[in-house]
Amino acid sequence: MDFLKDLWGFMKARKKWWLAPLIFVLLLIGILIVLGGSSAISPFIYTLF
Amino acid sequence: MIILGISAFYHDSAAAIIENGEVIAAAQEERFTRKKHDPDFPVNAARFCLEYSGRSINDVDAVVFYDKPLLKFERLLETYYAYAPKGLKSFMMSMPVWLKEKLFLKKLIWEALDTIEKVDRKKVKLLFPEHHLSHAASAFYPSSYERAAILTIDGVGEWATASICLGEGNKITILKELDFPHSLGLLYSAVTYFCGFKVNSGEYKLMGLAPYGNHNSEQVKHFVSVIKTNLVELKEDGSIFLNQDYFNYATGLRMVYDDKWKQLFGFPRRNSESLIEQNHCDLALAIQQVTEEVVLNLGKEAKKLTNADYLCMAGGVALNCVANGKLDDAKIFKQIFITPAAGDAGGALGAAYAAHYIYYGNERKVDPTRLDGLKGSYLGTEHSDMEINTVAKKYRAPCKQFETEDALVEKAAALIAEGNIIGWHQGRMEFGPRALGARSIIADARNPKMQKKLNLKIKYREGFRPFAPVVPIEDVSEYFEHNDISPYMLLVKPVKVNRRIPYPSNFSAKELLDKLYFLRSDIPSITHIDYSARLQTVHKETNLRFWKLLNAFKKITGYSVMVNTSFNVRGEPIVNTPEDSYRCFMRTDMDYLIAGNFIFDKKDQPEWKEKDDWRKEFFLD
Repeated sequence: MDFLKDLWGFMKARKKWWLAPLIFVLLLIGILIVLGGSSAISPFIYTLF
Repeated sequence: MIILGISAFYHDSAAAIIENGEVIAAAQEERFTRKKHDPDFPVNAARFCLEYSGRSINDVDAVVFYDKPLLKFERLLETYYAYAPKGLKSFMMSMPVWLKEKLFLKKLIWEALDTIEKVDRKKVKLLFPEHHLSHAASAFYPSSYERAAILTIDGVGEWATASICLGEGNKITILKELDFPHSLGLLYSAVTYFCGFKVNSGEYKLMGLAPYGNHNSEQVKHFVSVIKTNLVELKEDGSIFLNQDYFNYATGLRMVYDDKWKQLFGFPRRNSESLIEQNHCDLALAIQQVTEEVVLNLGKEAKKLTNADYLCMAGGVALNCVANGKLDDAKIFKQIFITPAAGDAGGALGAAYAAHYIYYGNERKVDPTRLDGLKGSYLGTEHSDMEINTVAKKYRAPCKQFETEDALVEKAAALIAEGNIIGWHQGRMEFGPRALGARSIIADARNPKMQKKLNLKIKYREGFRPFAPVVPIEDVSEYFEHNDISPYMLLVKPVKVNRRIPYPSNFSAKELLDKLYFLRSDIPSITHIDYSARLQTVHKETNLRFWKLLNAFKKITGYSVMVNTSFNVRGEPIVNTPEDSYRCFMRTDMDYLIAGNFIFDKKDQPEWKEKDDWRKEFFLD
């Protein structure tokens, strides 16, 4: 809940509303990936993300 | 007002605590966990900071994390969106990390702090300043300047990869930013990767390798031209534009497209630990020259925008002390202050300062007579003689205790003058990547064999790597073309002309190893192949014992300059406790360990036995 409040506050502050559907879809895909059981270990050479 | 700053989850996690604007303690997590560049939440470092300041977590007004996770997530999504469908694999791999952890950072931070002591979440605030603001704050607020330009340059924060700010009183105003994917730090890291070194730690090696490149050679000129034509466009205001056709970091799992770079430079990516050839040295020199040009442009732009007399610097690229030295030489500013923990670890301290001065609006008092507010960067743990004695007893290690400080430094100076290598564990541990005379290995800079011995028998690292000199501030201009402070070993300056030995004929045609063992000056162990040195000035106000040691050495030898390198072996974090120091001392060919008021002579120590090969304990950096 705290997270959704923060996300809403963030969207309001950044005013990048065009990102909202993208975030929604990506989050859904992301949730599927997480449910799919992928590892949560960052694989990157440079930890950009 | 008490504020705890935290940096974590990427690399070099750390904690710092400030009280009414004064830094009390700061430390990197790696020193406690013994895992180099440890990115995990700094539970141990935070616990140490709280204990050292005598505070409970619930005495703290705010915990401040050094960047904004949601803004970083925005950058991540926009990047994937911009490059789609490229980057799907990377997306699939990064999403679990974010959705399981990084998006819920608040929860993570609270839970981690709860392991120290249950936090009253209604009382303690949790704040998130921007990454580059944290860097800027880490440089400006502890400086002794009322007004200064601030330059931050690194790989990437949320969006920003570089920024120019103005610091005035307790305010920082961001004037200009360069955004991802255009990043000087990532460009340097890309070449680091291509030259076979580890990204995020091997950049130093690349910088150290650059002087072995053949200056003014056609190949170096060609590489500079290739870089500027194909990889990066340099603008006059210091901004850069990276041609993403050649870089893979935005969406992939590597820094660059190896094949395209091979075509560009005419040789393949070097495999880690394989032979270093002239090509690699020349490419290192070429990227160093390009980096210096960008840093100089950024410095000029910062001057233009702020008209300030002074400059503060932070961010990983501010650890490029060769570029810093060139910027200093350009005399755009009267003086430059580079914060000692310029990388992400320093973000913890900067975040705490940002909350204190910007969020809470506290007044900032500057004392221009003081070096800076960082106490020589000696902000870490310290250990009593009793603790050292306990370690000696544990390992049945014979040692001798000195009655007075003068007796200790005189003995140490005499041993160094005789050619011995000494592990020096004294006072509070340094905050930041450099050992500054608290957890150092010290030796005689005049000894022509010292560089080879230190690299191969003590540090177990690449033979080409240079060593840094340490000198009392009063004597700096006797040895170097520099007449100002450099307390954090973040400026490279030339060795005095009259101390140099001229290059032999045909020097540039020689092999790397032949170049390495040419005597460059009367202090050869700290003179790099291009007659430069990454110097540290020692000040009696911040490290009296070390200052006395150098002066005692001067009495014996006439020289007050020594080699100072970090107390560790390759891949190992710098030692923290007396036990770490004793272990490192016994694993290497060091001759003596001086910890607190105790001296350990290697010849008297019992045989060192370990079950496993300790070299496998650390990943090579």
